Amino acid sequence: MLYVKAGRTPDDLVVRGARVLDPVEGLDAVCDVRVDGGTISAIGAGLDANGHRVIDGAGLVLAPAFVDPHVHLRVPGGEDEETISSGTAAAAAGGYCAILAMPNTDPVVDSAAVLGSLIEDAQREAEIPVGFLAAITRGQEGAELTEMVELAEQGAAGFTDDGRPLVAPALMRRALQYHGIAGRRLALHCEEPTLSKGGQMHEGAVSAELGFTGYPSVAESVMVERDLSLAAYEGQPLHLLHLSARESVDALRAAQAKGVAATAEVTPHHLCLTDEAVRTLDSNVKMNPPLRSADDRTALIEGLRDGTIGSVATDHAPHARHEKEVPFEAAPFGVTGLETAFAALYTNLVEPGILSLEILLERMSAGPARAYGLEPPKIAVGAQANLVLLDTAATWRVEEAAFRSRSANSWLLGHHLTGQVRLTAAAGRMAFEE
Amino acid sequence: MGEIHVMREGFLPPKPPPRRHLISIGDLERDDVERLLATAGSFSRSLEREVKKLPTLRGFTVVNVFYESSTRTSSSFELAAKRLSADTMSIKAAGSSVDKGESLKDTALTLGAYDPDVIVLRHPQIGAPELVARYTGAHIVNAGDGKHQHPTQALLDLYTIREELGRLEGVHVAIVGDVLHSRVARSNIQALALMGAKVMLVGPPPLIPRGIEAMGCEVSHDIGAIEAVLRMQRERMAEGANYVPSLREYTARWGVTPERIRPGQKVMHPGPMNRGVEIDPRVADAADALIETQVRAGLVVRMAVLYDLLTTGPVPVAAAEPLEVA
Repeated sequence: MLYVKAGRTPDDLVVRGARVLDPVEGLDAVCDVRVDGGTISAIGAGLDANGHRVIDGAGLVLAPAFVDPHVHLRVPGGEDEETISSGTAAAAAGGYCAILAMPNTDPVVDSAAVLGSLIEDAQREAEIPVGFLAAITRGQEGAELTEMVELAEQGAAGFTDDGRPLVAPALMRRALQYHGIAGRRLALHCEEPTLSKGGQMHEGAVSAELGFTGYPSVAESVMVERDLSLAAYEGQPLHLLHLSARESVDALRAAQAKGVAATAEVTPHHLCLTDEAVRTLDSNVKMNPPLRSADDRTALIEGLRDGTIGSVATDHAPHARHEKEVPFEAAPFGVTGLETAFAALYTNLVEPGILSLEILLERMSAGPARAYGLEPPKIAVGAQANLVLLDTAATWRVEEAAFRSRSANSWLLGHHLTGQVRLTAAAGRMAFEE
Repeated sequence: MGEIHVMREGFLPPKPPPRRHLISIGDLERDDVERLLATAGSFSRSLEREVKKLPTLRGFTVVNVFYESSTRTSSSFELAAKRLSADTMSIKAAGSSVDKGESLKDTALTLGAYDPDVIVLRHPQIGAPELVARYTGAHIVNAGDGKHQHPTQALLDLYTIREELGRLEGVHVAIVGDVLHSRVARSNIQALALMGAKVMLVGPPPLIPRGIEAMGCEVSHDIGAIEAVLRMQRERMAEGANYVPSLREYTARWGVTPERIRPGQKVMHPGPMNRGVEIDPRVADAADALIETQVRAGLVVRMAVLYDLLTTGPVPVAAAEPLEVA
């Protein structure tokens, strides 16, 4: 399900004196971690270096590396905006050891042939392991199901029509039925298109004042409720993409309480910003779903904290410069996020005391891994080295020139952030080092 | 010794006036509006003279860029600039490079290369004036950006109301019709609230945007007790769009008819009008209709806006003298 550049030689390494923090393993101690041949071989105080390279972790946090369940790598078809090589390098710089790529490409990943060629490319180019989701419907047109079972056998990490809603309820139901044999997670972009039609931003006081057509929060939540009802009826799990509205979080929490196996994700921008940001008319705060009200933001943070929402997902959506250098109304939806996610959330949620570091680390790593049935990264003897070394005291300025991504449509350009990734090890090998 | 002077005063280039734009009524304070209306009043008096042209903005260049059709706004800006002796140039999207797919950024860079002092921009998309402001050094005057703002229309409406009623503070104004799609409504709500008027929005519920009360207005269906009515133009009222079930029903419930107007209630309309739909012809042609007054006000208000951006402060008496023609 995950694919990485072939011929990577595993690394030997000792990280000395870091605060080793793995909330899932219940580990929080200042100690050393040794990696032998890409596998964690010892955790403890005063470990022998065994002649390995030693990294001074004093004052830093060593945690399981992150997993991003929602990345647009733009290949095939959008290589000017991102490639497997640039996108995975950006992910490594953001502390990620694995990412999942969305299939809304040109052509759409809806056949074994397109998926197979992406897997081959990943085995040549991917700096960290990458999984590819395939479309639920052919061409993501919402009319005919793809050959989900064959695609799963071919290595699809899951199924989604992300970017577009699955409008027909009967088709959604059949996709859930096929999920029972394909076994790879269905991920839903919940948007009722007649309610969101023409919508440029969240419907509320700000859209009323600025004159933008509103994209109301119910456009998301009515589809969330529908999909949860169908999942309950069919007894199948599902994953809800990029939740933005309080009503959606409430519906999900209620469904989970009734035993529906639903997981969900939320993006750093929905956790940090509200629709007030659109007053800048900066096209880098235009995304789908849109930034919502302060009350919605509060509900998302609460949902992330109590575990209703188990994953942080960047929805990293690179766009060419000329596409975003237009009036807000003409700009495409989407912003980048791989290289800023941890720092944005650390600065806006952890530092002010809104969310604990432990919960953030879990929701950026084990949470998304579990949602897609991947092995969660962990700091334990015998586990593959998927590690991130974080400097939670460092502040830095987000600069376009420093991005490894091919695109720079970040809502954080020019902002100062706290929390910096110093080192990322992915699948046993050093993938990024500051 | 204290400060170190790198350059003597005389060597420094003259200070340019502070870079300002008029993109939204939100760019203005109450004092700014008072000054603009007073300046417009002075220009209005100067236009009563035999020679109407003033030398005030001689040597300045005003470029009008219209990406949407417009009769009164574009002609009014052009005439305003000419009355102040500025050089003017008008560009319409049709027949220009825009037709060949040129981006707004490139058009802005191209126009910017001529170093215009003011760019008057009308564009169908919200955020276009900010974009042009980023890529040129000119003052930007927003002559309408999508459904967002049309600040000079709101200023001329303020001017008209004050001319008629003698005040703005405490005046009750109803804005009737399609508020959802109207930049004129948004600018007027903001401008009237800024000046202490009371604004009420009246119209079919789907055409009143959710959350608009936060701008400082009320939503109601009663137009009985107000002193001025601003009529919204018919936009997207086509049957089938489903904002209104039919034009017949719209007219029956929200049309401004003589029966709905008290004597002395003033009626305004930003144009173009759809007689018989949102406004009864008997109302449009009645003595209390201020529609032509609005057009005349548009000229002097736009003169005031151009003057205010290119100079600063109130119009000096000397500037209001007519240009001597040799």
